[in-house]
Amino acid sequence: MNVVEMRGITKRFPGIVANDNIHLTVKQGEIHALLGENGAGKSTLMNILFGLYQPDEGEIFIKEKPVTITGPTMANKLGIGMVHQHFMLVQPFTVTENIILGDERSKRGMIDYKKAERQIQELSDRYGLRVDPTAKISEISVGMQQRVEILKTLYRGADTLIFDEPTAVLTPQEIDELIEIMRNLVKEGKTIIFITHKLKEIMAACDRVTVIRRGKVIQTLNVSETNEKQLAALMVGREVSFTVNKKEATPGEPVLTVKNLVVEGNRGIEALKGLDLEVRAGEIVGLAGVDGNGQTELIEAITGLRPVKSGMIQLKNRDITHFKPRKVTEAGVGHIPEDRHKRGLVLDFTVSENMVLQSYYQPPFSKGWAIQFAEVDQYAKRLIEEFDVRTPDEHTPIRALSGGNQQKAIIAREVDRDPDLLIAAQPTRGLDVGAIEFIHRRLVEQRDKGKAVLLVSLELDEIMKLSDRVAVINGGRIVGWVDPQKTTEEELGLLMAGRVIQEEVSG
Amino acid sequence: MQQILSRVNKTSTFATSLISIVLGMLVGAIMMMAAGYDPVLAYRALFASALLQPYDLGESIRTITPLILTGLAVALAFRTGLFNIGVEGQFIVGQLAAVIVGLKLGLPPVLHAVVAVIAGGLAGALWAAVPGLLKATRGVHEVIISIMMNFIALNLSNVMIRKWLTEGSDSTPKIPDSASLRVDFLSQLFGGSRIHLGIFLALAMALFMFYLLWKTKLGYELRAVGHNPLASEYAGMSVKRNIILSMMISGLFAGFAGASELLGTAGYHSIQAAFTGVGFDGIAVALLGANTPLGVILSSVLFGVLTYGGGNMQFEAGVPFEVIRVVFAAIILFVAANISGPLVDLFFRRRRGRHLARNLD
Repeated sequence: MNVVEMRGITKRFPGIVANDNIHLTVKQGEIHALLGENGAGKSTLMNILFGLYQPDEGEIFIKEKPVTITGPTMANKLGIGMVHQHFMLVQPFTVTENIILGDERSKRGMIDYKKAERQIQELSDRYGLRVDPTAKISEISVGMQQRVEILKTLYRGADTLIFDEPTAVLTPQEIDELIEIMRNLVKEGKTIIFITHKLKEIMAACDRVTVIRRGKVIQTLNVSETNEKQLAALMVGREVSFTVNKKEATPGEPVLTVKNLVVEGNRGIEALKGLDLEVRAGEIVGLAGVDGNGQTELIEAITGLRPVKSGMIQLKNRDITHFKPRKVTEAGVGHIPEDRHKRGLVLDFTVSENMVLQSYYQPPFSKGWAIQFAEVDQYAKRLIEEFDVRTPDEHTPIRALSGGNQQKAIIAREVDRDPDLLIAAQPTRGLDVGAIEFIHRRLVEQRDKGKAVLLVSLELDEIMKLSDRVAVINGGRIVGWVDPQKTTEEELGLLMAGRVIQEEVSG
Repeated sequence: MQQILSRVNKTSTFATSLISIVLGMLVGAIMMMAAGYDPVLAYRALFASALLQPYDLGESIRTITPLILTGLAVALAFRTGLFNIGVEGQFIVGQLAAVIVGLKLGLPPVLHAVVAVIAGGLAGALWAAVPGLLKATRGVHEVIISIMMNFIALNLSNVMIRKWLTEGSDSTPKIPDSASLRVDFLSQLFGGSRIHLGIFLALAMALFMFYLLWKTKLGYELRAVGHNPLASEYAGMSVKRNIILSMMISGLFAGFAGASELLGTAGYHSIQAAFTGVGFDGIAVALLGANTPLGVILSSVLFGVLTYGGGNMQFEAGVPFEVIRVVFAAIILFVAANISGPLVDLFFRRRRGRHLARNLD
């Protein structure tokens, strides 16, 4: 039986056709991947299925009956549940409280917590989720929180689950566990739509895959009859190289030296507990770790965005420990921030204005009080050209650009200042294969020019591919150094989870 | 079709304002009809009496002047992500400083007026610096502090008038001519109305705001902080410094408004039982003017004409002035609710529907 069938779905937004006559058929009991680059139209299609958007044209059939889905509540009633990429959980509430939120079943006007807890425990056991219904959200891991999101949909009686890029926040081990859970769900008769741009996970978990490019369905294939290379080519529309071409590193003098660094996190708890790190000229050091182990605090401490409690940060033997952000920039640090919308860009500014975010006060961009916008525009034009930023012109608000092109703009800005140390935090998060290739090439280029690069990423693939040395961070300390040529993802995963290994790899 | 829509989106702030004005006046018209008045007659009387005679035109411009300045004050703060609801208080201290300089300093003409205007502006800037400082250093919301500062300003001004500037009287003496912004030439040009040089100050400040925000380093920083403080911090700007500066420049405009009203229109300061509301009108002006200098000028013209003409409408069409305040409120309501977006949508959808229907025929 076809649980979900979408026929001829078209959705237009001003200036763009997000979905162009899309056909999608999902069979009962399968894991169906929806593969496509960012902006290909996957999310739009799923938002239509979940009732958040109305299609301009086309029909939807749920269990072979035509339906008009007017909103998420209606989608829930039809048995469709969505596990969002960004969790929608109330931190101080318990698992049970979060799950029943919005669907509180009461007895004589009182919420029946005991019954709900029992039901959730049953669901958790049945699908092997191992969630404790009485735990507080703030006290459980990210992987567990995701399972709470899954339970939420199950509690509401969903039999078709949409997973929106679920693996982005997980360790390799947690990803394996998630795939196991997905198999359990399917075994019990559920159907899963799995949105992703990670090919490996499709090969590992899915039965069929529908590839979407620029709002159109390219092809639906059986996973057993395809391979990563073919899928990548279908997704991007051309052949893609998976390896990064790079020569042996020729590391020189230390550029960044961090000694015994102690920094407080947002809640006043020490996020870095005596961290040591060294990055030398002409090498890429990858910082691997599960999200929330001090990566953000380390970057913020180096760049002057977070006060340092004790310890030292040196740039080329110069103490920059308590420097303000502008001083750090002027000392020769470039920073591609982990969240481009939060820190990296002023979205309402034009491309031009964003290109000089740190240098607007220097000549030639300003003279006296005034900013020389003619100079700024000329500079922006050059960067747009050199870094292939796809934009109508330099006066377009940067908000209007795709994520990949926004990121290229940031990279252009940071790389062009030619910093001695380039900190790249999640430089390819949410980007498509083509943009990732481009950015990786630029990072290696910086290294080959004799610059130091500190790469912080949650994508192990990226760390392994680019780094010359990998430092693993856990609980605010570096717990081990590994050689990416010799280590395995399993070993890295264990280190990231906090298991210390004895032998260290000397660079 | 898409081209039209995107063009509408681009001009939406202008369209929003225009549609809101029409709707607001319609609401006023409906109220008048319900109360048994003739709206056509009333509106005709309003605009004719505000614009046709030189005297009335001059008086309209006089009404417009403080609205431009307070509107700019609110708009500038908005641009930096701050809501300066304390324009009223900054306006009052501007008046107070101007009257003090006017009465207590003996200076030659022109210089006297210039010093008084500057004193008013600085007083406003300092008054606004307090909420700015507290916001930047202690994280206190500027709305709370600036509302409180309004009351302090109002009562401080009353005490000063009664205890220091006069001996227990309700209003100060008139300022000497040397400090006045009124010039005979201008008054005569407009039929002896109370128009004064403040209008040029207001227009100059609008120009200044445009230059500051879109041409200078400081303006670039102010806008960056307004749009995204985290990115500004990342870029090495001082968010705190910009918050304080933005409030001070905003307060400067408000203080100028107070000084120009005092030195140009009233000529003396008197005890007030309640706020005049010019500062609060600035919020409406800024909102309708989409926080741009030109927008602020245009919306000040509208509100000024409605206010002055509304007074005459009372006599000529017998419609009570309160109707005009309802029109104000309705306009702002429509702007704030962004009613034009759905309306434009509806219009185009309807048209597309009709278009389809025609094709089917």
